[in-house]
Amino acid sequence: MASMAIIRRKLSHTQLHLRIVRVRSLSDSASASKPLEKILVANRGEIACRIMRTAKRLGIRTVAVYSDADRDSLHVKSADEAVRIGPPPARLSYLSASSILEAAVRTGAQAIHPGYGFMSESAEFAQVCEDKGLTFIGPPASAIRDMGDKSASKRIMGAAGVPIVPGYHGNEQDIEVMKKEADRIGYPILIKPTHGGGGKGMRIVQSPEEFVESFLGAQREAAASFGISTILLEKYITQPRHIEVQIFGDKHGNVLHLYERDCSVQRRHQKIIEEAPAPNILNDFRSHLGQAAVSAAKAVGYHNAGTVEFIVDTISGQFYFMEMNTRLQVEHPVTEMIVGQDLVEWQIRVANGEALPKSQSQVPLSGHAFEARIYAENVPKGFLPATGVLYHYHHVPVSSTVRVETGVEQGDTVSMHYDPMIAKLVVWGENRATALVKLKDCLSKFQVAGLPTNINFLQKLASHWAFENGNVETHFIERFKDDLFVNPANSVVAEEAFNAARFSARLVAACIIEKEHSAWKENLSGDNGSLSMWYSSPPFRVHHCARSTMELEWENEYDSSGSNLLPLSITHKPDGNYLIETGENNFPGLEVKATNLDDHDFRVEVDGLIMDVSLAVYTKDQAKHIHIWYGSHHHHFKQRMGLELSEEDESQHKPSFETASHPQGTIVAPMAGLVVKVLVEDGTKVEEGQPILVLEAMKMEHVVKAPSAGYVRGLLVSTGQQVSDGSVLFSVKVSHFTFCILFIVITYKMV
Amino acid sequence: MLRTVGRRAASASGSWKLWGMKVNPIQILQRKHCSMGVLPDDIDRSSEAFSRNSKAMGSLISDLQSHINKILAGGGPEAVKRNRSRNKFLPRERIDRLLDPGASFLELSQLAGHELYEENLPAGGIITGIGPVHGKLCMFVANDPTVKGGTYYPITVKKHLRAQEIAAQCKLPCIYLVDSGGAFLPKQAEVFPDKDNFGRIFYNQAVMSAEGIPQIALVLGSCTAGGAYIPAMADESVMVKGNGTIFLAGPPLVKAATGEEVSAEDLGGASVHCKTSGVSDYFAQDELHGLSLGRNIVKNLHMAGKGGQLSGLQKINPEFREPLYDIKELRSIAPTDHKQHFDIRSVIARIVDGSEFDEFKKLYGTTLVTGFARIFGQPVGIIGNNGILFNESALKGAHFIELCTQRNIPLVFLQNITGFMVGSRSEANGIAKSGAKMVMAVSCAKVPKVTIIVGGSFGAGNYAMCGRAYSPNFMFLWPNARISVMGGAQAAGVLAQIEKVNKKKQGIQWNKEEEEIFKAKVVEAYEKEGNSYYSTARLWDDGIIDPSDTRKVVGLCISASMNRAPEETKFGVFRM
Repeated sequence: MASMAIIRRKLSHTQLHLRIVRVRSLSDSASASKPLEKILVANRGEIACRIMRTAKRLGIRTVAVYSDADRDSLHVKSADEAVRIGPPPARLSYLSASSILEAAVRTGAQAIHPGYGFMSESAEFAQVCEDKGLTFIGPPASAIRDMGDKSASKRIMGAAGVPIVPGYHGNEQDIEVMKKEADRIGYPILIKPTHGGGGKGMRIVQSPEEFVESFLGAQREAAASFGISTILLEKYITQPRHIEVQIFGDKHGNVLHLYERDCSVQRRHQKIIEEAPAPNILNDFRSHLGQAAVSAAKAVGYHNAGTVEFIVDTISGQFYFMEMNTRLQVEHPVTEMIVGQDLVEWQIRVANGEALPKSQSQVPLSGHAFEARIYAENVPKGFLPATGVLYHYHHVPVSSTVRVETGVEQGDTVSMHYDPMIAKLVVWGENRATALVKLKDCLSKFQVAGLPTNINFLQKLASHWAFENGNVETHFIERFKDDLFVNPANSVVAEEAFNAARFSARLVAACIIEKEHSAWKENLSGDNGSLSMWYSSPPFRVHHCARSTMELEWENEYDSSGSNLLPLSITHKPDGNYLIETGENNFPGLEVKATNLDDHDFRVEVDGLIMDVSLAVYTKDQAKHIHIWYGSHHHHFKQRMGLELSEEDESQHKPSFETASHPQGTIVAPMAGLVVKVLVEDGTKVEEGQPILVLEAMKMEHVVKAPSAGYVRGLLVSTGQQVSDGSVLFSVKVSHFTFCILFIVITYKMV
Repeated sequence: MLRTVGRRAASASGSWKLWGMKVNPIQILQRKHCSMGVLPDDIDRSSEAFSRNSKAMGSLISDLQSHINKILAGGGPEAVKRNRSRNKFLPRERIDRLLDPGASFLELSQLAGHELYEENLPAGGIITGIGPVHGKLCMFVANDPTVKGGTYYPITVKKHLRAQEIAAQCKLPCIYLVDSGGAFLPKQAEVFPDKDNFGRIFYNQAVMSAEGIPQIALVLGSCTAGGAYIPAMADESVMVKGNGTIFLAGPPLVKAATGEEVSAEDLGGASVHCKTSGVSDYFAQDELHGLSLGRNIVKNLHMAGKGGQLSGLQKINPEFREPLYDIKELRSIAPTDHKQHFDIRSVIARIVDGSEFDEFKKLYGTTLVTGFARIFGQPVGIIGNNGILFNESALKGAHFIELCTQRNIPLVFLQNITGFMVGSRSEANGIAKSGAKMVMAVSCAKVPKVTIIVGGSFGAGNYAMCGRAYSPNFMFLWPNARISVMGGAQAAGVLAQIEKVNKKKQGIQWNKEEEEIFKAKVVEAYEKEGNSYYSTARLWDDGIIDPSDTRKVVGLCISASMNRAPEETKFGVFRM
């Protein structure tokens, strides 16, 4: 839709070439096979929805596949038909080639679009599709195979004259050989599985001592994620930029590029903000990159969408071929926005056998686009993936310049089975500065509540001066971590944050009271009008103003002060305003007028200032959670429920395990996940920092280490077990004889 | 009614003849609709009287507010602090947490016990009032532990009983927030033995429970001796861990009596009574929990078929209009000098919906104003005084009350009455007989009655206009109100005459000066005892209100009164 708008904007430009395009299309249609009428999308989430949207626009019917976890998800609802392909774990559903092929046969789909991830870069799958007479909407299996093996791809690229990073891409995977190769290349070294992407299994090794542990970990993760555990080594470039070029080829040997994207800003080796075109590069450099990418694609006889990734050494200005992604990338929308094209449409047309709709010189480069990936993740806990229910989900309104690619709706659960991405926010502007203004605005209006997200972090990132200047590089987040992360030691910032929270809390109080009041009024005036006067505003009292109190607990990132409990007193003024006091002498009362616009939107007037405020309220873990958004602020508060919802009876006035803190030395699961390896036995003497077990969640491995030296106690989990968030894994006791009772609250589930 | 007939006639014939003249029915209807019943704005805001009244009432209200402010502070900062340190809320805060969010609360008799005892007893040591919980109107009775430990003084008992009386009359579920040390022992003679003393509380609980009026007790503090019967007699009760205790005798008395040494919690704490004795039904972790359990109890009350909620009275129009004139002007209408007359219609115009008042018998017995109106959409019959009651006025009043009882329309009395007309002509005309008719009608009328004293309330006028003795559902005073058997000056005159005669018999000559001193004393006593504070301190009413709250208070009172099924009225023998 957005791309269409850009096309409209660029109407004069497009019309100029229209005739030529039409002529090309006509000549193609004579030679092309019968166009596709029904496509199966072998994916889930936003990308499945995205593909179906274009298919629908082209009049092509769509088939979704779903695991049991996704039965009610948006991608299933968006499809004309949907087929169940198995239980939640991806390897039994979205990675099950046979189930997917069966679904295609059953529904009569003529083609399979793999999206990204899952089957998208499986040469075998592409091959099977071809063998079964199904069109695989993507590159030929041979190209996937060539490029899928990172070592092989580098050899091919080297031969084709594309610059490559020094490294070891050999088949000899013996650990001793690898270590020697690493010494040869020189530290720091990057360890990478030859297959797959998304940073999975990737590790940076600073010194020879760390090599073995990292190498083995990478191998395991590669095997778990991609089924192939081959590893390659590369020189690690200390100040790199990640720039990639979108290329497109057809089955007639035409290959062109659609300019580059800068995806340098990454955390955990995964991109979070991408933009196109890359900032601060010269046109010369741009065309060099483009040409290199096109020759890379041609070297493997590529057709359909692909991305050639380059690593740019910002110190030397040199660029090297890193890898080629033989699929439609997550961040493809930024390219679509600047060239005004629908890449999924191109993919389908190429699959139909049509020639590329444009020639290289016809591809426009217009404006600037950003994509921010909104993840369910815990930023302060090192971006750990989060799971939970999207109790509140209101994204910004979409327009011709704002796109929101999402696969979830309010009420959906972000489960541990799949990628925790909630949405991609894509904005376009005439230039980088205006696009960035829009990005910041949209981020502040993107409302997600129920689970932790990275929105606040993205806001900080987008507002950072270095980012504004376009000084992006792969270590951006690490380099500016002091600005980007909360530093509890900074009392000035913490004080400011607390003041902002205090202000928000008052707005929350006014809005909540207003809403509760009107809800009761509405509820009761319906069938029994005689009582409505008891709910008039303000509530009547004889000779005094009605007062309410509310105690809000601020979810404080700056926990150093410790005082994040905000007791509020609300006085219902005769004019319907609320006088809100915090009970602290140095903060005078604030008079607030709140008007309830709809379910969660309010118009609030404070001291002559009128503004829009949004609220999300939900109940979780016996507490009422309240989120507030206004301006660029977002705060999260908790309110005690007065045990109203608790089912406790009197026998439970003993401390429950929830209130009792775990004994010292107890290790709890940092997140829900699967135990993939237990490295020691119960009772073993361990050193501080020694790895005890490995958890896998969201396809990432997390090594759980001993917090101190001692003996491991209560280690009852074993490989293959599922553990829930916060469950006790084991404890480490100093003495061999210490008998410790643990509150074991894990529900063990065999996978 | 007229309007409906007119409309029906108009729609039947298209046009109709009125007194032989052909007129456009639309015109008539429009004219009638605009003018009929809407009271005119006849206050002269620039008059000297207006500003004088306004000033006088202003000072009365600011006096009142300063008294109220002291009462709202409860037993003082020390006691409040001590209360908070025990994780206890103040009684009004407890009620606020029980009420539906944003709901109104009609508090009763805030000035009970005002200057009644040597020591201050804010609000009589007990907070009572009406408000909705889960959409059901409830009567709250909350001890104030910050005032003399929540003990029952005689006036505390009276206020508790008055709340129960209202609850019984309006069939309101009772919620007792118990936190009391029991009877105030030094005054046990005035608290314990009589019919309307402490024991009556439990009698009322039993009787109301029998009538299906829920009795709920939340034990939030101590509940000793006789007080222990409040939760024990309740239908359902909640106890708060740590703070709530119930026992017939506290630890000191137990030790004295039996030598047993036991802590309050072990003797009668929530655990004992919820687990072992069964005296209480719900165990609360803390006060907030206890209050939310209290809300849940009310949520689960099922009163369908009990006549609760569904009143048989007229349908309520939810889309009512506010009065046309500023309600705050009620503060400037009533003169504090009771000799000054004011038109009661100017009060009515500021309390009824759209200032619409359809007057009944407007031209007859004009010193009594009667008519129909609505308050917050609720139909009411209003009876207001516009002077001394004559024969005709009394007959008109009786007639109007009969009308309202026939139609189940609640009655609102706006009292400003110096009494019935005296004198030979009046007596000969049978003023006593006419007055008796009105008193009979008032006494027997079973529709809800609300009395507001907006000026004087003297003599038999107080009776005919539904004074306290006539059990109005609610009765409130304006700050300027005066209640006595007659005016101070009149009483002084009467008493001086009698005294003069007595002295003459004893052969004492009373000089003018002495007589004046005697009179002045009488006037002073009447002045003091006729004062609204004197009345409200003794619970001769349900509270003093700001005139500008009159519409609100009357509306809430009527709403609370209509919580029950209508009762049929049977009058006694009218002397003809």
